Amino acid sequence: MTVSQQTPPTEHHVIPTPPKRRNGRWSGFAHLLMARMKELKREPEVIFWVFIFPLLLALGLGIAFRNKPADVTSIAIVAGPGADKAMSLLEPRKSSIHAEVLDQSLALQGFRLGKYDLVVEPDANIGFRYHYDPARPESVLSRAEVDAALQAAAGRKDPLPTSAVTSTEPGSRYIDFLIPGLLGMNLMNSGMWGIGFALVDMRQRKLLKRFVATPMRRSDFLMALTSSRLVLMIIEVALLLGFGVLVFHMRVLGSILTILLLGAIGAVAFGGLGLLTASRAQKIESVSGLINLVMMPMWIFSGVFFSYERFPAIVHPLIRALPLTALNDALRATILQGASLASQSGRLLVLVLWGGISFVLALRWFRWT
Amino acid sequence: MPVAIQCHDLRKTYDGKVEAVSGLNLEIETGECFGLLGPNGAGKTTTIEILEGLLEPTSGKVTILGHDWQTNARELREWLGISLQETRLSEKLTVRETIELFSSFYREPRSSDDVLADLQLNEKADAWVGKLSGGQRQRLAVATALVGNPKILFLDEPTTGLDPQSRRQLWDIIRTFQKAGGTVLLTTHYMDEAERLCDRLAIIDHGQLIAEGTPSDLIDRLGGHHVVEFSVTGNSDAAALDGWRALPGVDSVRHDDGLVCLNVREPHRTIPALLDAVHNQGSKLLHLNTRQASLEDVFVRLTGRHLRED
Ligand SMILES: Nc1ncnc2c1ncn2[C@@H]1O[C@H](COP(=O)(O)OP(=O)(O)OP(=O)(O)O)[C@@H](O)[C@H]1O
Ligand SMILES: [Mg+2]
Repeated sequence: MTVSQQTPPTEHHVIPTPPKRRNGRWSGFAHLLMARMKELKREPEVIFWVFIFPLLLALGLGIAFRNKPADVTSIAIVAGPGADKAMSLLEPRKSSIHAEVLDQSLALQGFRLGKYDLVVEPDANIGFRYHYDPARPESVLSRAEVDAALQAAAGRKDPLPTSAVTSTEPGSRYIDFLIPGLLGMNLMNSGMWGIGFALVDMRQRKLLKRFVATPMRRSDFLMALTSSRLVLMIIEVALLLGFGVLVFHMRVLGSILTILLLGAIGAVAFGGLGLLTASRAQKIESVSGLINLVMMPMWIFSGVFFSYERFPAIVHPLIRALPLTALNDALRATILQGASLASQSGRLLVLVLWGGISFVLALRWFRWT
Repeated sequence: MPVAIQCHDLRKTYDGKVEAVSGLNLEIETGECFGLLGPNGAGKTTTIEILEGLLEPTSGKVTILGHDWQTNARELREWLGISLQETRLSEKLTVRETIELFSSFYREPRSSDDVLADLQLNEKADAWVGKLSGGQRQRLAVATALVGNPKILFLDEPTTGLDPQSRRQLWDIIRTFQKAGGTVLLTTHYMDEAERLCDRLAIIDHGQLIAEGTPSDLIDRLGGHHVVEFSVTGNSDAAALDGWRALPGVDSVRHDDGLVCLNVREPHRTIPALLDAVHNQGSKLLHLNTRQASLEDVFVRLTGRHLRED
């Protein structure tokens, strides 16, 4: 064996002189944010619930409640003398009034079941009697329309000449009402789950405890979590508004910057609420219940799917004090009417108070272990 | 040698009733590998988490590298590497991302590549944590503790549930850290692990220190270094035990799981005498075994129970 073939014995665990690497002030924050974004990206459920589900909701509801041309009204004419006359008088309006001749009992039964909006019964002296339901809007409309048609056909002359122009403006349709509401609801959902649930999950996995066993700054951790929400918020806003504009030709009147600012305030406010719900819970089951409990009233009252004006006026101030109502109202005013932030200071105040108070309480109660 | 970890009259009572630690004094020197040994519920985790500054003691004083948690928490965190009894790291991050994340918290961390290499996690560097085996997860947990380049390593049951090969790998990692000048405090309920790895041990039970010393010290204190275990036909009551104790060279006697256990100094004197005694009694020997005394025997001797009841 020649000398050159001998390999010098390799020292295995020579104490390595650790290459000096210094981390800057924001290294922890940056890595926490990056890790959080990667985790979210790799979680298909998150992608679905945060991004896809609201679009599906918008699509489904937008189609179901699209504005249709006024319906053809269905009416029943009670058989007997005069029925033929009524049919012939209504003949010119066939396209909007669908009439059938029936026995009185059948006609009234159909009316009760909602099959007919109106029952027309010829009376003894060549006139007609209407059976209609003043609590059913379509019944009221039908009566007015049929009456006008009969009178005109019988020779009534209108003393005042009138004409009408029809229009279906973007901005006043159901989908225009719906999209800002869905956006608000989505910001609430993902704020509460993305912060509240995520934190309790990490606590249950003892990951929070593991983190505080390092020199990690706790404020960096909370800031990173909040920042990840803001990044997602931008995507949520862009997707839902983009979808509304492209698919439903929605018109966005407010400036994008104002909308994003509002989105940020909403996301942070609900993040604070999420933090509060997560401050003590040890198990994801208990925090899930808590989150649903907090969100439930807002799904119903805050005007996501229908206007809260439908509730009695006496509870309106209470409803307006809910954070989701404030966010939805502000988003609608900005997106649909181009309102500025300054003109909505009341709503902003509601959001800031909810977010701020929750945050302060949460920090006081929060358990890392 | 300067003291690395010190605690005095440590007490922890949970919810005002469960006394998990009651009056513990420990002193661990720099460069030492110190083991906390005890059965389930002995208070090992409670003790180590108090020392790590993660749990408030009910009373008592803790000093780490001359500092205490009230005034120097931030500095201390830079110097300690910690692996908890159970942490589920994020499953959707890769091994490398996890190590980089933990390294980002320290001012002067070690390079992630070095740590990956030391813990033999190179091949798994780009695998998601969720796809690792139990042993690989344990090594990753230790990697996150080592990446901050700590002076003291705290490991709470680092090898529980691992196969013998993975356990040895972890022991090597711990020894390497110790050779480079690090101090280690670990908990375990494996006697062999404590015997091979630790310079000194504290055996605790019900939150109290029941023995402390080097593994060989503790075994020496048993008296006999050898154990003779046997069973015979016939009676096995207390009177019979006294008979066995009278045999030459026997230090102590106890019943264990149907066997009679003798701690003996000189087996070559005891065993012939034992065989004679059995013969004279007219009974038969059913089982006979001799072995070196272990920490397990120390523990049974001290508490009357086995360390691991499984
Ligand atoms: N958070 C807690 N609240 C109430 N009691 C607790 C809590 N944590 C631990 N205990 C109790 O304190 C005692 C000591 O527990 P500890 O976890 O320190 O034991 P251990 O020695 O680590 O056990 P193991 O080997 O099972 O990990 C046990 O009786 C346990 O039930
Ligand atoms: Mg434990």
